[in-house]
Amino acid sequence: MTPFSYARAGDAAEAIQLGAKDRAKYLGGGTNLVDLMRETVERPTALVDVTGLSSLIEESDDGGLSIGAAAKNAAVAEHLAVRQRYPVLAKAILAGASAQIRNMATVGGNILQRTRCTYFYDEDGSHCNKRTAGDGCDAIGGFNRLHAILGASSACVATHPSDMCVALAALDATLHLQGPGGVRIAPLTEFHTLPGAHPEIETVLQPGELITAVALPPLSAKARSSYRKVRDRASYAFALISVAAVLEVEDGVVKDVRLALGGVAPKPWRARRAEAALRGARASEGAFLAAAAAELADAAPLRDNGFKIELAKRTIVAVLSGLAGDSV
Amino acid sequence: MPIRINGTEAELPADPRVSLLDLLRETLNLPGTKKGCNQGACGACTVLVDGERILSCLALAVQYEGRNVVTIEGLTGEGGLHPLQKAFIAHDGLQCGYCTPGQICSALGLFAEVARGAPSAVSADLAAETVVLSHDELRERMSGNLCRCGAHNGIVAAIAETYEAGRLAPPQSSQGQEVAA
Repeated sequence: MTPFSYARAGDAAEAIQLGAKDRAKYLGGGTNLVDLMRETVERPTALVDVTGLSSLIEESDDGGLSIGAAAKNAAVAEHLAVRQRYPVLAKAILAGASAQIRNMATVGGNILQRTRCTYFYDEDGSHCNKRTAGDGCDAIGGFNRLHAILGASSACVATHPSDMCVALAALDATLHLQGPGGVRIAPLTEFHTLPGAHPEIETVLQPGELITAVALPPLSAKARSSYRKVRDRASYAFALISVAAVLEVEDGVVKDVRLALGGVAPKPWRARRAEAALRGARASEGAFLAAAAAELADAAPLRDNGFKIELAKRTIVAVLSGLAGDSV
Repeated sequence: MPIRINGTEAELPADPRVSLLDLLRETLNLPGTKKGCNQGACGACTVLVDGERILSCLALAVQYEGRNVVTIEGLTGEGGLHPLQKAFIAHDGLQCGYCTPGQICSALGLFAEVARGAPSAVSADLAAETVVLSHDELRERMSGNLCRCGAHNGIVAAIAETYEAGRLAPPQSSQGQEVAA
C-alpha cells in the first residue's frame, strides 16, 4: 500500500473540502478500496472517511424511501420498510458478499465498487485499460467466462459486480450527489457509464463529488418485485447472471414492468427493450421469453461466456413467471 | 480516543495503512485472529466490533477509533472456554484450527443477527419478524467463513447446538456484553 493521509469527515461539506485534494479518495467500509490499495491498483494520497455521514433510512415526502449513503448494506437489507416494500432490494443485498462484508460496506461504496475482473486486479502481470488508459485488455483474448456480453467495447469487457445496483436500477432509484459545484441528482441508470474508448471512466461523478443519499421512488402497492442471482456456488460469489424485476399484472396483462440484469455488462443493465416488449402484453411464459430474447439479441459473447445468453433468458423467464404467479 | 480491544484500551497506529488485523496480531500480541487470504474472501480474520461481525483484514484500524472490538481471546474468561468453543471441540468442528477463531466470532455475530430478526438470502419470508435458524439458514449465514479442512458439518453442528441450548452468555460478563445475543 502506498502511503496516504487519513481524515474523518463530520458532514458532507467537510468531506468535500477534505476531498478537494489531488488524488484524494472517499472511504466507506473499505471492503473494496482497501483491497485495491493493497494490490496497488488504487493509490490515493489521501483518504477521507465518510462513514460518519448520514446513514439514515427514512420516509421521503413522495411516499418513497431515502437512504443515507453511509448506511451499511446490512442495515438496508434489514430495514423493515425495505423488506416489506422493496423486497427486490433486500434480496439483492442479501445475495451479495458475506454477512461480515455487508456489515462493513456502505451503500455509497457499493455503488462505486470496481470490477472484480482478475486482469484489472493483476497489477504486476496483466494489461488493463481500466487500470491504465491505453494499456490494452488481456481479458478479451484471455479467460473471460465471467465477462460482459452486453455494453462492452474493444477496450474493456469487465462487468460491474454489484447486486444492490441491479435492484436500484430496476427501482428507478436516484442518487443525490454533492460536490464543489453544489448538489445535483442523477438517476442510477445514468450514473454508471459504458466503457467505450475510456473504461477508466466509470461514472458521471465529477472530481471531488460524493454520493450522499439514494432515493427510492414509491412503488405501486400492486407491484411485486424480486431478485435472483445465479452463481458458481450457492453463496458468497459474484453473479454469472442476476435479474431484478418489478412487475405489476392486472387482469392477466402486464401493466408495468421494470427489469435489470447483473453479471452481463459493465454497468447495471436496465433491460428497456424487454420492458417495451412486455408492457401491455399478456403475462405469459412465451411473452417473457420473447422479451428476454429481444433484450439479448445484440449480445456479443466472448470465447468463454456464450452460456450467459441462454442463462440470462432462462433467469429472466423464471423471475417474471415467479412474480406473475397465478396470472400466467 | 483509543480503541478498546477485549475490554482494554489500546493506542491506534500512527500509520493509517495498518489494518485492524495487523494491529491485533503484530502490535497487541493477539494472534488468535488469523490472517488467511488478507483480501476478504475467507473469513478467518472475523472479529466483533460493537457486537457486529466484520473482517479485520479489510478494516483500517484508524477507522475503528473508540469502538469495542472482541476477538477470540476475549471470549475465554475465568469460567473457562466459551460454550461455543466447547461445542466446536465436542463436535470436531475443526481439523487444523486456522479458521476456527473466525468461525466462532462469526457465529456469535450471527446469533445477534438472528435474535433481532435479520433475514438472509435463503429466508422464505423476508418480512417475517423472527428467524428460525434452520440448517439452510445457518449454512447461508456462515458462508463467509471457509474451512479448507472440510470441517463444515462439525462447525454447523456446534453452532446449531449452542444456539439451541441458548447458552450464549459468555463466562465473563464484563467482556461479554458486546457478544451476548
